[in-house]
Amino acid sequence: MLTIKCPWCGEREQIEFTAGGEAHIARPENTAELSDEEWGAYIYTRTNPKGVHYERWVHSHGCGKWFNAVRHTVTDIFWDVYKIGEEKPAVPEDWDGATTRAQYQAATQKTAAPDGNEK
Amino acid sequence: MSQSYRIEGKGRIDRSKPIRFTWNGRSYQGYQGDTLASALLANGVRLVGRSFKYHRPRGIMTAGSEEPNAVVQLEEGARTEPNTRATMAELYDGLTANAQNCWPSVEFDVGALNAKLSRFFPAGFYYKTFMWPAALWEPLYEKIIRRAAGMGESPEEIDPDSYAQHFAHCDVLIAGGGPAGLSAALAAGRTGARVILADEGAEFGGSLLADTVEIAGKPAADWIAETVAELTAMPEVTLLPRTTVSAYYDHNFLTLTERVTDHMGPRADDSVPRQRFWKVRAKQTILAQGAIERPLLFADNDRPGVMLASAARTYINRYGVLPGREIVVFTGNDSAYPAALDAKAAGARVEIVDLRTDPKGPLVDHARAQGIEIHAGCGITGTRGTKALHGCDVAPLSEDGKSLADEPFSIGCDCIAVAGGWNPTVHLHSQARGKLSWDDTKQCFVPGYCQWPTRSAGAGNGTFDLAGCLDEGLKAGAAAAHEAGFGKGAAPEAPAVELSEEGPARQVWIVPSDVPLGHGKKHFHDHQNDVTAADIHLAAREGYVSVEHLKRYTTTGMGTDQGKTSNVNALAVMADIRNARIPEVGTTTFRPPYVPTTFGAIGGQNRRHLFLQERTTPMHAAHVANGAVFEDVGDWKRPWYFPRDGEDMHEAVQRECRQARETCGLLDASTLGKIDIQGPDAAWFLNMMYTNKWDTLAVGKGRYGVMLNEHGMVIDDGVTTRLAENHFHMTTTTGGAARVLGMLEEWLQTEWPERQVYCTSVTEQWAVCTITGPNAKALMADLTDDIDVDPANFPFLAYRTGTVAGAPARVYRISFTGDLAYEVNVPARHGLAVWTTILERGRKHGLVQYGTETMHVLRAEKGFIIVGQDTDGTVTPMDLGMNWIVSKKKDDFIGKRSHSRSDTAREGRKQLVGIMTEDPNVVLPEGAHLVNQPGKPPIAMEGHVTSSYMSPNVGRSIALGLIKGGRDRIGDTLHAPMMDGKTVHKVTLTEPVFFDKEGKRTNG
Repeated sequence: MLTIKCPWCGEREQIEFTAGGEAHIARPENTAELSDEEWGAYIYTRTNPKGVHYERWVHSHGCGKWFNAVRHTVTDIFWDVYKIGEEKPAVPEDWDGATTRAQYQAATQKTAAPDGNEK
Repeated sequence: MSQSYRIEGKGRIDRSKPIRFTWNGRSYQGYQGDTLASALLANGVRLVGRSFKYHRPRGIMTAGSEEPNAVVQLEEGARTEPNTRATMAELYDGLTANAQNCWPSVEFDVGALNAKLSRFFPAGFYYKTFMWPAALWEPLYEKIIRRAAGMGESPEEIDPDSYAQHFAHCDVLIAGGGPAGLSAALAAGRTGARVILADEGAEFGGSLLADTVEIAGKPAADWIAETVAELTAMPEVTLLPRTTVSAYYDHNFLTLTERVTDHMGPRADDSVPRQRFWKVRAKQTILAQGAIERPLLFADNDRPGVMLASAARTYINRYGVLPGREIVVFTGNDSAYPAALDAKAAGARVEIVDLRTDPKGPLVDHARAQGIEIHAGCGITGTRGTKALHGCDVAPLSEDGKSLADEPFSIGCDCIAVAGGWNPTVHLHSQARGKLSWDDTKQCFVPGYCQWPTRSAGAGNGTFDLAGCLDEGLKAGAAAAHEAGFGKGAAPEAPAVELSEEGPARQVWIVPSDVPLGHGKKHFHDHQNDVTAADIHLAAREGYVSVEHLKRYTTTGMGTDQGKTSNVNALAVMADIRNARIPEVGTTTFRPPYVPTTFGAIGGQNRRHLFLQERTTPMHAAHVANGAVFEDVGDWKRPWYFPRDGEDMHEAVQRECRQARETCGLLDASTLGKIDIQGPDAAWFLNMMYTNKWDTLAVGKGRYGVMLNEHGMVIDDGVTTRLAENHFHMTTTTGGAARVLGMLEEWLQTEWPERQVYCTSVTEQWAVCTITGPNAKALMADLTDDIDVDPANFPFLAYRTGTVAGAPARVYRISFTGDLAYEVNVPARHGLAVWTTILERGRKHGLVQYGTETMHVLRAEKGFIIVGQDTDGTVTPMDLGMNWIVSKKKDDFIGKRSHSRSDTAREGRKQLVGIMTEDPNVVLPEGAHLVNQPGKPPIAMEGHVTSSYMSPNVGRSIALGLIKGGRDRIGDTLHAPMMDGKTVHKVTLTEPVFFDKEGKRTNG
C-alpha cells in the first residue's frame, strides 16, 4: 500500500490510483512502415528494471489525470512524480532507492559541504 | 474444589466479580480479569486440546498470543469461532468453549490412534502417501486430508455481528504497550505529536503485569497507572488496548485489529462494532512488542503441564493461579529464576533443573536461600503422564550437551516451567522488509536495517533488562516524534529501576534423552503442527535443507500460530545437523497477519448491500412493480424477463421474443454506456479509436463502430452519433462504459495531449427506452407530435430531437433487434414517466416489455455479437466476419498495425459462425466445445459455442460460436460432446444470421 503523490492533488492513498505500466513509450507515428519486430517491441517489450523505473499512474478515483512517476522497484520508494509532457527527471546513479529524494539530497549536501561542517 | 489453584491475595483479577463459564459442557467459575486459560488452570483443567496430527493430549503452554496448543472453539452457532487462543480470550459471563481437534471428546479421542501409528506419519507424509494415482486427489485424498487436518470448525451461518473499518493518520504509531512502548508513548506524546499506542492485551503494561519489580521506588503497577493516566490526558494520544498491530505494509501503512466488544461476549446490540479494523498511515513507527520465550526441546516436552516459565510467572502474579503444586523449572538462564521464586512463595514445591554446570549470581543465591533445590548441569530426558504430567526424568549432561553423563533420576511434578531463552518479536519489522541479524551473545535474531521510518525498542530489540527497556522506549519515542516534526529529540530521563544482574546462559538446542532422537520419545518444536526434531532430521536426510523447503516439507511454523514458539528452535536443529551457524541456515520471512484476523474485521462495513453498490435505472420502480426478475450486469440491476402469471423463465422469454417481433417491444436500455465527446479534434479522435471512418459522417447521423486495443482485438462496440460538427454521442456496452472512457482519456492525456477533445460520461444523465418491432412506428407516432417518425423521412441510423411522451428527447434510429426500432433518450428525471406513458399508449399496439434475455435472443437471431460473450479478447473484426467495418482508407487507427502481424493474419483462426443442432429442440450449453469426430479424449477442439438460445421466431434452437477456419467450413458437420461423457450432438455450421437474412425489417 503505497502513498503516491498526484502532481495535481498531492499525496493520496494507493487505492485512489491505477498503475499504467512503463512511461515514455511513445506510439510510433509511422505504424504502417514498422517491421513486425518493431511493432511487437512497441506493444510488448518493457524494460522491467531492478531499480529505477519510469512509470505511468492515473489518479483514477481522484482527479482522473495521468502522470508519470519514478519509482525504485526494489524498495517501492518514489524519487519524483511529474506531469505528462514534463521532462523525465534525472536520477543520480548512486541513489539506491532506500531514501526519499529529500533525504538523499539532504545527505549529499551534508557530505558536500565545503567547510566540512554538517549543515 | 472450585478454583482450587487460586493463590490467596494475588493477581489483578477482581474476586468480587465471579463469572460462570462452560468448558466442554461443564460449568466452571472464574473471575473478572481472567482469560479462559487462567480460569481453566485455576480450576485445575490441564487437558485443553488434542494435537493436530497425532492427537496427543495438550495443555496450556503460554499466556499470550503465541499459544500453539490451547486453541479452542469459542461459542456455538452463528457466532462460533475456531482456533481462538484460550490465552487471549477474556472471560465473560456465559462464555462457552469447546476443545477442538478431538472426537468424541478431549478425554477420549479416537484420533489418538494416530500417535500409535506415528512412525507411519513422518514429515512429508502427505506428499509421499497421496502421490499416485493423481486422479484420486480430488475425490479421495483431499477428503481424507481435510478430515484429518481439522483445526476447528468454521461457522456455517451468517455472522450476526457488525464490524467497522477506520482509516487514521498519525505521527508515531507504537506497537506494544509494555515498559518500552509506554515509555515511547510518553516521550512522543509529550512533544504534542499525534500518537497511537496499541497493545493486544486488555490492559497496558505488558510483561510488567506479571512482574514484582519496582519502578522509581513504587510497584510497577503504579508506574503503569500513572503513565496511562498521563497519556489519557493528552489530546493527541490515542490508546488502543485489545488491539493487535497485525500487519506492516509499504510506506508505513499498518493494519490493526481492535477487539471492541469481544471481552463482553455476544451482544444483541450492534450499535458498537464487535471488532474494528484500523488502517493507519504512520509517519514513524516504534515496534515494542516484546519478546517470546523459547521452549526447550526435550523428550516428550508436550505433556499438559509443560509451559513456558514466563507464562507460569504470569499465571501466578497476574492471574493469581498456581500452574501446578509441584513445579520443576527447566532452564539454561537466569530469567526463569523469578518464576521459581514466585511459585515457591505462592506455596508450590519447586525444583530447578539448570543446564548450566555452575549457575551463579544473586538470583541463584536467592533461590538457594529459599530452599529451592537446583540440579545444575542437568537436563530433562523424559516426562511421565499422558493427559496430565506427573513426573520427569533428569540426568546430568555431557560437556557438549549432546549426551547423558549419568543415569537419569526421577522427580515428581505436575508442571514443568521451561526457559530456553528469548526471541524478540521481530514479526512486524520483518513484514516491513526489515532485515534480521543474529546476536551471538543473546542467541537470538534482532531487528536490523529497515528502509521505512521505524525503530524497535525494548525486548523486541533484544534489550531484555527493564532499565534498558524504559530507556530505549523513551529515546525511541523522542527520536520518532522529532523526525515527525515534534520536539527536539531529547528523551526524558528514565525512572530508576533496581538493576537485576543476570549470569551467562547455556544454550542446549536439543536436550538429549536416554534413547536416540526419534526413537520412542518425541522432541516437539512445533506443538501446533506436531513437528519434531526428528522430522527435521528426516527432512535433512531427504535433502530439504533450505529453510524454505524445510518449512513446507515438515509444515513447521505453518499453523495458525505461525511458529511463534517454534521457528528459531527449528532453525537451530537444522543448523546443528548442517554444522552451521543459525544465521547461515537463514530465516523465513514473516507474513501478515501477526495473529489470525477475522474476515468480519477485514470486510468491515463492506458487506451485504454495501459490499457492491447497486445501480438502478430511473425506471427501476416500474420494473419492480411489473414483476421483473433482475439480472446483475456489472453493478446494474437489469430486468432479465417479465414473467406473467405462472410463467417460468423459458415461457416468459419465448413469449417476449415472439411478441416483440410480431407487434412491438419495449426495452430499458438506460444502462448502455454513453459518452459525450466534444472538441475540434473529436472526429479525428474517433478515426483513431474506431476501425471505420468518422470524419465523413454527416451531422445528425450515427454509425456502428468497433473499438480495438493495440493488439488488434475487439474490446467494445456501439453506435456513435454526430450531434454537431464537433459534438458526438458515443454509446458503449453496459459493462464497458467506464473502461472505454478510461481508455479514451488515457490516449488523449498521454499520447495526444495537444488534441482538443473532451470526454464526459453521460450514462446516468439519459434514460433510454428502446421501442422495436413492426408496430414501433405507429406507437412512436402516438408519442410524439414534432418528430416525423416515418422511416422514409427518419432513416436508419439517423437522429432527431423533439418531444416524446411529454419529455424533451433525443431519438436515435438504432436497432439491436434487426427490426424497425427507435431509441428514445430522455433526461433521467423523465425516465420513469416516459416509460410508464409508453407502456400505457403501447397497449393498443400490442406492446410487450422485455428484458435482457429476450434482447440476447433477438440479437442472436440476427447474428449481432455481444462483446465479451461472442468475443474474449482474442478476436479481431475479421474473425467476426466484419471486414466491412475495418477501413482500408485510413492510414492508422488503434490496433490496425497488429492486423498484419503473422498470427493475426494467418489462416485457420477461430471465426464466428452459426451453429445448428441436428435436433432443433437441443439448446447447446454455451461454452460447449466442438470436435470433428467424437471419440476418446484427447480430441482436437475445433472451437466453442459462445451464444445459444431457443428461438421462437426461427422456430428452433440457434447458436453462435468461434470455430477454427469457420468461415470456410459453412455447411460442415461437427460434433458437440456433452459433459456427461455420453451424449454427443451433431451440428452443422451455418452463416451467423438466422432471421430476416435480407435485413428487410430494419425499415419496417
